[in-house]
Amino acid sequence: MGYKVIVIGASAGGMTALRMLLSVLPVDFNVAVIVVQHVSPRSEHYMVQYLNDNCAINVKEADEKEKIVCGNVYFAPPNYHLLIEDDETFSLTIDEPYNYARPSIDTLFETASEVYTHQLIGVILTGANHDGSQGLKKIKAYGGLTIVQDPQTAEFTEMPTTALQAVDVDYRLPLEEIGSFLKQLIEGVR
Amino acid sequence: MNPGLLSCIENENIEIQLLLEAIFLKYGYDFRDYSQAHIKRRIMNRYKQEGFKSLAEMQHRMIYEQSFFQVLLSDLSINVTEMFRDPYFYKFIRQEIIPVLKTYPFIKIWHAGCSTGEEVYSMAIMLKEEGLYERCQIFATDFNDRVLQKAIDGIYPLKYIRDYMSNYQESGGHYSLADYYTAKYESVIMDASLKEKIVFANHNLVTDSVFGEINMIVCRNVLIYFTNPLQDQVIKLFSDSLCPGGILALGSKENLTFCECGADFETVGDKEKVFRKKYY
Repeated sequence: MGYKVIVIGASAGGMTALRMLLSVLPVDFNVAVIVVQHVSPRSEHYMVQYLNDNCAINVKEADEKEKIVCGNVYFAPPNYHLLIEDDETFSLTIDEPYNYARPSIDTLFETASEVYTHQLIGVILTGANHDGSQGLKKIKAYGGLTIVQDPQTAEFTEMPTTALQAVDVDYRLPLEEIGSFLKQLIEGVR
Repeated sequence: MNPGLLSCIENENIEIQLLLEAIFLKYGYDFRDYSQAHIKRRIMNRYKQEGFKSLAEMQHRMIYEQSFFQVLLSDLSINVTEMFRDPYFYKFIRQEIIPVLKTYPFIKIWHAGCSTGEEVYSMAIMLKEEGLYERCQIFATDFNDRVLQKAIDGIYPLKYIRDYMSNYQESGGHYSLADYYTAKYESVIMDASLKEKIVFANHNLVTDSVFGEINMIVCRNVLIYFTNPLQDQVIKLFSDSLCPGGILALGSKENLTFCECGADFETVGDKEKVFRKKYY
Protein backbone atom coordinates (compact mmCIF):
# COMPACT_ATOMS: atom_id res chain seq x y z
CA MET A 1 0.00 0.00 0.00
CA GLY A 2 1.13 3.53 -0.68
CA TYR A 3 3.44 2.45 -3.46
CA LYS A 4 5.67 5.17 -4.91
CA VAL A 5 7.75 3.42 -7.53
CA ILE A 6 7.63 0.40 -9.83
CA VAL A 7 10.97 -0.95 -11.08
CA ILE A 8 10.96 -3.24 -14.10
CA GLY A 9 13.76 -5.41 -15.47
CA ALA A 10 13.69 -6.87 -18.97
CA SER A 11 16.22 -8.37 -21.34
CA ALA A 12 15.80 -10.39 -24.55
CA GLY A 13 12.22 -10.04 -25.79
CA GLY A 14 11.70 -6.98 -23.61
CA MET A 15 10.65 -4.55 -26.27
CA THR A 16 7.40 -6.36 -27.11
CA ALA A 17 6.69 -7.17 -23.48
CA LEU A 18 7.29 -3.60 -22.35
CA ARG A 19 5.10 -2.19 -25.07
CA MET A 20 2.24 -4.41 -23.96
CA LEU A 21 2.75 -3.58 -20.30
CA LEU A 22 3.37 0.16 -20.53
CA SER A 23 0.61 0.89 -23.04
CA VAL A 24 -1.95 -0.01 -20.38
CA LEU A 25 -0.72 2.64 -17.92
CA PRO A 26 -2.63 5.93 -17.76
CA VAL A 27 -1.06 9.33 -18.44
CA ASP A 28 -1.71 10.44 -14.85
CA PHE A 29 -0.36 7.25 -13.28
CA ASN A 30 0.26 7.95 -9.62
CA VAL A 31 3.65 6.26 -9.31
CA ALA A 32 6.95 6.51 -11.16
CA VAL A 33 8.06 3.57 -13.31
CA ILE A 34 11.77 2.90 -13.76
CA VAL A 35 12.96 0.39 -16.34
CA VAL A 36 16.20 -1.38 -17.06
CA GLN A 37 16.06 -2.99 -20.50
CA HIS A 38 19.30 -4.64 -21.57
CA VAL A 39 20.41 -3.03 -24.81
CA SER A 40 23.56 -2.87 -26.85
CA PRO A 41 26.00 -0.32 -25.40
CA ARG A 42 26.06 1.48 -28.74
CA SER A 43 22.31 1.64 -29.23
CA GLU A 44 20.83 5.10 -29.63
CA HIS A 45 17.82 4.16 -27.59
CA TYR A 46 15.23 4.54 -30.30
CA MET A 47 13.21 2.26 -28.03
CA VAL A 48 12.39 5.11 -25.67
CA GLN A 49 11.10 7.15 -28.59
CA TYR A 50 9.12 4.20 -29.92
CA LEU A 51 7.48 3.48 -26.57
CA ASN A 52 6.76 7.14 -25.94
CA ASP A 53 5.01 7.31 -29.31
CA ASN A 54 2.97 4.21 -28.56
CA CYS A 55 2.03 4.69 -24.90
CA ALA A 56 -0.21 7.22 -23.18
CA ILE A 57 2.17 7.64 -20.26
CA ASN A 58 5.30 9.77 -20.75
CA VAL A 59 8.36 7.63 -21.52
CA LYS A 60 11.84 9.14 -21.29
CA GLU A 61 15.49 8.33 -20.64
CA ALA A 62 16.58 8.96 -17.05
CA ASP A 63 18.90 11.96 -16.74
CA GLU A 64 21.73 12.19 -14.29
CA LYS A 65 20.53 13.87 -11.02
CA GLU A 66 16.96 14.03 -12.33
CA LYS A 67 14.24 14.11 -9.71
CA ILE A 68 11.93 11.08 -9.87
CA VAL A 69 8.36 12.23 -10.49
CA CYS A 70 5.24 10.07 -10.69
CA GLY A 71 3.47 9.75 -14.03
CA ASN A 72 6.74 9.10 -15.86
CA VAL A 73 8.42 5.98 -17.19
CA TYR A 74 12.21 6.33 -16.98
CA PHE A 75 14.63 4.13 -18.92
CA ALA A 76 18.24 3.54 -17.94
CA PRO A 77 20.51 4.96 -20.68
CA PRO A 78 22.52 2.41 -22.70
CA ASN A 79 26.00 1.67 -21.32
CA TYR A 80 25.34 3.23 -17.89
CA HIS A 81 24.15 1.76 -14.64
CA LEU A 82 21.14 3.52 -13.15
CA LEU A 83 21.02 4.03 -9.37
CA ILE A 84 18.54 5.71 -7.03
CA GLU A 85 19.78 8.17 -4.42
CA ASP A 86 18.24 8.83 -1.00
CA ASP A 87 16.80 12.14 -2.17
CA GLU A 88 14.85 10.32 -4.91
CA THR A 89 17.08 11.39 -7.75
CA PHE A 90 18.91 9.30 -10.34
CA SER A 91 22.61 8.79 -10.53
CA LEU A 92 24.55 7.09 -13.31
CA THR A 93 27.80 5.16 -13.26
CA ILE A 94 30.05 3.49 -15.82
CA ASP A 95 31.17 0.79 -13.38
CA GLU A 96 31.98 -2.67 -14.72
CA PRO A 97 29.06 -4.56 -16.25
CA TYR A 98 27.23 -6.57 -13.60
CA ASN A 99 25.85 -9.96 -14.67
CA TYR A 100 27.43 -9.07 -18.03
CA ALA A 101 25.02 -6.17 -18.26
CA ARG A 102 25.29 -2.40 -18.15
CA PRO A 103 22.74 -1.18 -17.23
CA SER A 104 22.14 -4.02 -14.78
CA ILE A 105 18.75 -4.76 -13.26
CA ASP A 106 20.23 -5.79 -9.89
CA THR A 107 21.96 -2.42 -9.51
CA LEU A 108 18.70 -0.53 -10.03
CA PHE A 109 16.59 -2.89 -7.91
CA GLU A 110 19.01 -2.99 -4.97
CA THR A 111 19.48 0.77 -4.74
CA ALA A 112 15.75 1.37 -5.22
CA SER A 113 14.87 -1.03 -2.42
CA GLU A 114 17.01 0.90 0.06
CA VAL A 115 15.23 4.14 -0.77
CA TYR A 116 11.62 2.96 -1.18
CA THR A 117 11.56 -0.24 0.95
CA HIS A 118 7.90 -1.28 1.27
CA GLN A 119 6.74 1.40 -1.16
CA LEU A 120 8.43 -0.37 -4.05
CA ILE A 121 7.14 -2.88 -6.61
CA GLY A 122 9.66 -4.99 -8.54
CA VAL A 123 8.80 -6.70 -11.83
CA ILE A 124 10.93 -9.19 -13.78
CA LEU A 125 10.01 -9.82 -17.41
CA THR A 126 11.38 -11.91 -20.28
CA GLY A 127 15.12 -12.40 -20.67
CA ALA A 128 17.91 -14.87 -21.35
CA ASN A 129 20.19 -14.33 -18.35
CA HIS A 130 20.20 -14.17 -14.55
CA ASP A 131 20.16 -10.44 -13.95
CA GLY A 132 17.51 -9.12 -11.57
CA SER A 133 17.09 -12.10 -9.26
CA GLN A 134 19.30 -10.71 -6.49
CA GLY A 135 17.64 -7.33 -6.76
CA LEU A 136 14.18 -8.84 -6.58
CA LYS A 137 15.24 -10.82 -3.55
CA LYS A 138 16.29 -7.61 -1.83
CA ILE A 139 13.01 -5.88 -2.73
CA LYS A 140 11.17 -8.75 -1.09
CA ALA A 141 13.42 -8.69 1.97
CA TYR A 142 12.86 -4.95 2.34
CA GLY A 143 9.09 -5.35 2.32
CA GLY A 144 8.35 -4.47 -1.30
CA LEU A 145 5.99 -6.27 -3.66
CA THR A 146 7.47 -8.73 -6.16
CA ILE A 147 6.02 -9.78 -9.50
CA VAL A 148 7.47 -12.09 -12.13
CA GLN A 149 6.17 -12.72 -15.63
CA ASP A 150 4.90 -16.27 -15.98
CA PRO A 151 7.73 -17.91 -17.97
CA GLN A 152 5.13 -19.66 -20.12
CA THR A 153 4.17 -16.27 -21.53
CA ALA A 154 7.80 -15.08 -21.87
CA GLU A 155 9.64 -14.95 -25.17
CA PHE A 156 12.79 -15.94 -23.22
CA THR A 157 12.20 -17.91 -20.05
CA GLU A 158 15.56 -17.93 -18.27
CA MET A 159 15.30 -14.61 -16.46
CA PRO A 160 11.80 -15.04 -15.03
CA THR A 161 12.53 -18.69 -14.19
CA THR A 162 15.69 -17.77 -12.29
CA ALA A 163 13.83 -15.04 -10.44
CA LEU A 164 11.09 -17.48 -9.44
CA GLN A 165 13.72 -19.89 -8.12
CA ALA A 166 15.50 -17.19 -6.14
CA VAL A 167 12.51 -15.42 -4.64
CA ASP A 168 9.21 -16.51 -3.14
CA VAL A 169 7.39 -13.94 -5.25
CA ASP A 170 4.06 -12.35 -4.44
CA TYR A 171 2.63 -12.68 -7.95
CA ARG A 172 3.44 -14.75 -11.01
CA LEU A 173 1.35 -13.28 -13.80
CA PRO A 174 0.91 -13.79 -17.54
CA LEU A 175 2.35 -10.88 -19.51
CA GLU A 176 -0.99 -9.53 -20.72
CA GLU A 177 -2.24 -9.18 -17.14
CA ILE A 178 0.72 -7.38 -15.56
CA GLY A 179 -0.10 -3.89 -16.86
CA SER A 180 -3.75 -3.97 -15.82
CA PHE A 181 -2.82 -5.54 -12.49
CA LEU A 182 -0.41 -2.70 -11.75
CA LYS A 183 -2.95 -0.12 -12.87
CA GLN A 184 -5.58 -1.59 -10.58
CA LEU A 185 -3.16 -1.88 -7.70
CA ILE A 186 -2.16 1.79 -7.92
CA GLU A 187 -5.48 3.36 -8.89
CA GLY A 188 -7.29 1.22 -6.30
CA VAL A 189 -5.33 2.73 -3.43
CA ARG A 190 -5.70 6.34 -4.53
CA MET B 1 6.02 -0.07 7.69
CA ASN B 2 8.93 -1.86 9.31
CA PRO B 3 10.65 0.50 11.78
CA GLY B 4 13.42 -2.03 12.46
CA LEU B 5 14.41 -2.11 8.81
CA LEU B 6 14.28 1.66 8.38
CA SER B 7 16.54 2.30 11.34
CA CYS B 8 18.85 -0.44 10.11
CA ILE B 9 19.24 1.34 6.76
CA GLU B 10 19.66 4.65 8.57
CA ASN B 11 22.37 3.26 10.84
CA GLU B 12 24.18 1.75 7.89
CA ASN B 13 24.14 5.11 6.10
CA ILE B 14 25.50 6.84 9.20
CA GLU B 15 28.35 4.34 9.41
CA ILE B 16 29.15 4.85 5.73
CA GLN B 17 29.35 8.60 6.37
CA LEU B 18 31.69 7.99 9.31
CA LEU B 19 33.88 5.74 7.19
CA LEU B 20 34.19 8.44 4.51
CA GLU B 21 34.98 10.99 7.20
CA ALA B 22 37.69 8.70 8.56
CA ILE B 23 39.18 8.23 5.08
CA PHE B 24 39.35 12.00 4.70
CA LEU B 25 40.86 12.61 8.14
CA LYS B 26 43.41 9.84 7.88
CA TYR B 27 44.40 9.85 4.20
CA GLY B 28 43.10 13.14 2.77
CA TYR B 29 40.94 11.57 0.04
CA ASP B 30 37.55 13.20 0.08
CA PHE B 31 34.61 11.03 -1.00
CA ARG B 32 32.12 12.81 1.22
CA ASP B 33 30.50 14.60 -1.71
CA TYR B 34 30.33 11.63 -4.04
CA SER B 35 26.92 10.26 -5.02
CA GLN B 36 26.08 8.03 -2.11
CA ALA B 37 24.31 5.10 -3.78
CA HIS B 38 27.43 4.24 -5.76
CA ILE B 39 29.84 4.73 -2.85
CA LYS B 40 27.71 2.60 -0.57
CA ARG B 41 27.52 -0.20 -3.13
CA ARG B 42 31.27 -0.24 -3.56
CA ILE B 43 31.93 -0.21 0.18
CA MET B 44 29.35 -2.91 0.91
CA ASN B 45 30.82 -5.11 -1.85
CA ARG B 46 34.23 -4.91 -0.18
CA TYR B 47 32.57 -5.45 3.22
CA LYS B 48 30.98 -8.69 2.02
CA GLN B 49 34.12 -9.89 0.23
CA GLU B 50 36.26 -9.46 3.35
CA GLY B 51 33.62 -10.96 5.63
CA PHE B 52 33.56 -8.10 8.12
CA LYS B 53 31.15 -8.37 11.03
CA SER B 54 30.46 -4.64 11.22
CA LEU B 55 31.28 -1.42 9.41
CA ALA B 56 33.07 -0.30 12.58
CA GLU B 57 35.46 -3.23 12.16
CA MET B 58 36.02 -2.24 8.55
CA GLN B 59 36.70 1.35 9.59
CA HIS B 60 39.21 0.23 12.19
CA ARG B 61 41.14 -1.84 9.68
CA MET B 62 41.04 0.97 7.13
CA ILE B 63 42.58 3.41 9.64
CA TYR B 64 45.27 1.10 10.98
CA GLU B 65 46.21 -0.82 7.84
CA GLN B 66 47.33 1.33 4.96
CA SER B 67 47.42 -1.59 2.53
CA PHE B 68 43.74 -2.21 3.16
CA PHE B 69 43.03 1.45 2.52
CA GLN B 70 44.72 1.08 -0.88
CA VAL B 71 42.32 -1.73 -1.71
CA LEU B 72 39.39 0.43 -0.68
CA LEU B 73 40.77 3.35 -2.68
CA SER B 74 40.77 1.21 -5.80
CA ASP B 75 37.21 0.15 -5.07
CA LEU B 76 36.17 3.78 -4.87
CA SER B 77 37.97 4.99 -7.96
CA ILE B 78 36.61 4.62 -11.45
CA ASN B 79 38.59 1.91 -13.18
CA VAL B 80 36.44 1.45 -16.23
CA THR B 81 37.20 3.12 -19.54
CA GLU B 82 37.78 2.18 -23.17
CA MET B 83 39.56 3.46 -26.27
CA PHE B 84 37.51 5.82 -28.40
CA ARG B 85 34.53 5.44 -26.06
CA ASP B 86 31.54 7.02 -27.86
CA PRO B 87 33.09 7.16 -31.34
CA TYR B 88 30.80 10.06 -32.35
CA PHE B 89 32.49 12.15 -29.67
CA TYR B 90 35.96 11.57 -31.14
CA LYS B 91 34.63 12.18 -34.63
CA PHE B 92 33.27 15.51 -33.47
CA ILE B 93 36.57 16.50 -31.84
CA ARG B 94 38.41 15.49 -35.02
CA GLN B 95 36.11 17.38 -37.35
CA GLU B 96 35.04 20.40 -35.34
CA ILE B 97 37.57 21.09 -32.61
CA ILE B 98 40.95 20.05 -34.02
CA PRO B 99 40.71 22.52 -36.94
CA VAL B 100 40.43 25.30 -34.34
CA LEU B 101 43.26 23.92 -32.23
CA LYS B 102 45.40 23.86 -35.38
CA THR B 103 45.40 27.65 -35.40
CA TYR B 104 47.32 27.70 -32.08
CA PRO B 105 51.13 27.57 -32.00
CA PHE B 106 51.12 25.40 -28.89
CA ILE B 107 48.29 23.36 -27.35
CA LYS B 108 47.83 22.23 -23.77
CA ILE B 109 45.35 19.42 -23.13
CA TRP B 110 44.31 18.12 -19.73
CA HIS B 111 42.72 14.68 -19.31
CA ALA B 112 41.26 14.93 -15.83
CA GLY B 113 40.40 11.62 -14.17
CA CYS B 114 42.14 9.65 -16.92
CA SER B 115 41.90 6.32 -15.07
CA THR B 116 43.90 3.63 -16.90
CA GLY B 117 44.58 5.93 -19.84
CA GLU B 118 42.70 4.41 -22.79
CA GLU B 119 41.08 7.71 -23.71
CA VAL B 120 44.39 9.57 -23.41
CA TYR B 121 45.98 7.28 -25.97
CA SER B 122 42.90 7.64 -28.16
CA MET B 123 43.37 11.40 -28.14
CA ALA B 124 47.11 11.05 -28.81
CA ILE B 125 46.41 8.84 -31.84
CA MET B 126 43.93 11.35 -33.21
CA LEU B 127 46.29 14.29 -32.68
CA LYS B 128 49.05 12.41 -34.49
CA GLU B 129 46.82 11.62 -37.44
CA GLU B 130 45.79 15.25 -37.66
CA GLY B 131 49.43 16.37 -37.59
CA LEU B 132 49.03 18.24 -34.35
CA TYR B 133 50.71 15.99 -31.83
CA GLU B 134 54.15 17.59 -31.92
CA ARG B 135 52.68 20.91 -30.84
CA CYS B 136 50.78 19.41 -27.90
CA GLN B 137 51.42 18.93 -24.25
CA ILE B 138 49.00 16.46 -22.69
CA PHE B 139 48.55 16.28 -18.93
CA ALA B 140 46.85 13.05 -17.85
CA THR B 141 45.85 13.00 -14.21
CA ASP B 142 44.11 10.74 -11.74
CA PHE B 143 44.03 10.51 -7.95
CA ASN B 144 44.75 6.80 -7.88
CA ASP B 145 48.42 5.89 -8.39
CA ARG B 146 47.57 2.32 -9.25
CA VAL B 147 45.43 3.19 -12.26
CA LEU B 148 47.89 5.94 -13.18
CA GLN B 149 50.69 3.38 -13.33
CA LYS B 150 48.57 1.31 -15.72
CA ALA B 151 48.08 4.40 -17.84
CA ILE B 152 51.85 5.01 -17.88
CA ASP B 153 52.51 1.38 -18.83
CA GLY B 154 49.94 1.57 -21.63
CA ILE B 155 49.42 -2.20 -21.60
CA TYR B 156 45.89 -3.42 -22.21
CA PRO B 157 44.19 -6.82 -22.54
CA LEU B 158 44.08 -8.05 -26.12
CA LYS B 159 40.49 -9.23 -25.72
CA TYR B 160 39.15 -5.67 -25.79
CA ILE B 161 41.01 -4.64 -28.94
CA ARG B 162 38.34 -5.81 -31.35
CA ASP B 163 35.83 -3.39 -29.77
CA TYR B 164 38.43 -0.64 -29.73
CA MET B 165 39.14 -1.22 -33.41
CA SER B 166 35.56 -0.75 -34.42
CA ASN B 167 35.33 2.33 -32.17
CA TYR B 168 38.44 3.70 -33.87
CA GLN B 169 37.06 3.13 -37.36
CA GLU B 170 33.74 4.67 -36.44
CA SER B 171 35.48 7.69 -34.96
CA GLY B 172 36.97 8.50 -38.36
CA GLY B 173 40.39 6.91 -37.86
CA HIS B 174 42.60 7.25 -40.95
CA TYR B 175 44.56 4.01 -40.69
CA SER B 176 44.36 0.90 -38.52
CA LEU B 177 44.46 0.86 -34.75
CA ALA B 178 47.01 -1.95 -35.07
CA ASP B 179 49.53 0.67 -36.27
CA TYR B 180 49.65 2.05 -32.74
CA TYR B 181 50.36 -0.99 -30.60
CA THR B 182 52.37 -4.19 -30.43
CA ALA B 183 50.56 -7.36 -29.44
CA LYS B 184 52.31 -9.93 -27.30
CA TYR B 185 50.69 -12.91 -25.61
CA GLU B 186 47.32 -11.72 -24.35
CA SER B 187 48.21 -8.04 -24.18
CA VAL B 188 48.94 -5.05 -26.35
CA ILE B 189 51.41 -2.31 -25.51
CA MET B 190 50.82 1.16 -26.89
CA ASP B 191 53.51 2.64 -29.11
CA ALA B 192 56.10 4.59 -27.11
CA SER B 193 55.90 7.50 -29.55
CA LEU B 194 52.35 8.15 -28.31
CA LYS B 195 53.71 8.88 -24.85
CA GLU B 196 56.28 11.51 -25.86
CA LYS B 197 54.02 14.47 -25.18
CA ILE B 198 52.04 12.99 -22.31
CA VAL B 199 52.83 13.83 -18.70
CA PHE B 200 51.09 11.51 -16.25
CA ALA B 201 50.58 13.00 -12.80
CA ASN B 202 48.65 12.48 -9.60
CA HIS B 203 45.98 15.11 -9.19
CA ASN B 204 42.78 15.03 -7.15
CA LEU B 205 39.92 17.04 -8.61
CA VAL B 206 38.27 17.34 -5.23
CA THR B 207 41.19 18.52 -3.14
CA ASP B 208 43.87 19.85 -5.54
CA SER B 209 43.92 23.14 -7.40
CA VAL B 210 44.01 24.69 -10.85
CA PHE B 211 46.09 23.78 -13.87
CA GLY B 212 47.11 26.86 -15.87
CA GLU B 213 46.09 28.08 -19.34
CA ILE B 214 44.71 24.87 -20.74
CA ASN B 215 43.27 24.82 -24.28
CA MET B 216 41.16 21.69 -23.88
CA ILE B 217 40.02 19.76 -20.83
CA VAL B 218 38.70 16.23 -21.31
CA CYS B 219 36.88 14.87 -18.27
CA ARG B 220 34.41 12.20 -19.27
CA ASN B 221 32.20 10.21 -16.92
CA VAL B 222 33.81 11.57 -13.78
CA LEU B 223 31.27 14.23 -12.80
CA ILE B 224 28.43 11.68 -12.75
CA TYR B 225 29.99 10.31 -9.56
CA PHE B 226 29.75 13.68 -7.77
CA THR B 227 26.91 15.46 -5.98
CA ASN B 228 25.75 18.79 -7.38
CA PRO B 229 27.83 21.00 -5.03
CA LEU B 230 30.97 19.03 -5.89
CA GLN B 231 30.15 19.19 -9.61
CA ASP B 232 29.91 22.97 -9.25
CA GLN B 233 33.25 23.11 -7.50
CA VAL B 234 34.98 21.03 -10.17
CA ILE B 235 33.42 22.94 -13.08
CA LYS B 236 34.70 26.13 -11.43
CA LEU B 237 38.15 24.53 -11.27
CA PHE B 238 37.91 23.73 -14.99
CA SER B 239 36.69 27.20 -15.83
CA ASP B 240 39.64 28.71 -13.93
CA SER B 241 42.08 26.37 -15.67
CA LEU B 242 40.91 27.03 -19.22
CA CYS B 243 42.09 29.93 -21.34
CA PRO B 244 39.35 32.02 -22.97
CA GLY B 245 37.83 30.00 -25.82
CA GLY B 246 39.14 26.80 -24.23
CA ILE B 247 37.22 23.57 -24.76
CA LEU B 248 35.62 21.43 -22.07
CA ALA B 249 34.60 17.90 -23.09
CA LEU B 250 32.36 15.90 -20.76
CA GLY B 251 30.75 12.44 -20.81
CA SER B 252 27.65 11.80 -22.90
CA LYS B 253 25.29 12.07 -19.91
CA GLU B 254 26.97 15.01 -18.20
CA ASN B 255 25.79 18.56 -18.42
CA LEU B 256 26.49 22.12 -17.33
CA THR B 257 22.83 23.15 -17.19
CA PHE B 258 22.50 23.00 -13.44
CA CYS B 259 25.95 24.33 -12.55
CA GLU B 260 26.57 27.82 -11.26
CA CYS B 261 29.57 28.11 -13.57
CA GLY B 262 27.52 26.84 -16.50
CA ALA B 263 27.13 30.46 -17.63
CA ASP B 264 30.91 30.64 -18.26
CA PHE B 265 30.44 28.21 -21.14
CA GLU B 266 28.62 27.94 -24.44
CA THR B 267 27.61 24.66 -26.07
CA VAL B 268 29.58 23.59 -29.14
CA GLY B 269 28.33 20.00 -29.46
CA ASP B 270 25.08 19.24 -27.67
CA LYS B 271 25.05 15.47 -28.17
CA GLU B 272 28.83 15.24 -27.83
CA LYS B 273 28.80 17.36 -24.65
CA VAL B 274 31.51 19.70 -25.85
CA PHE B 275 31.55 23.23 -24.43
CA ARG B 276 33.60 26.36 -25.00
CA LYS B 277 34.63 28.82 -22.31
CA LYS B 278 33.34 32.24 -23.31
CA TYR B 279 35.83 34.94 -24.28
CA TYR B 280 34.91 37.74 -21.89
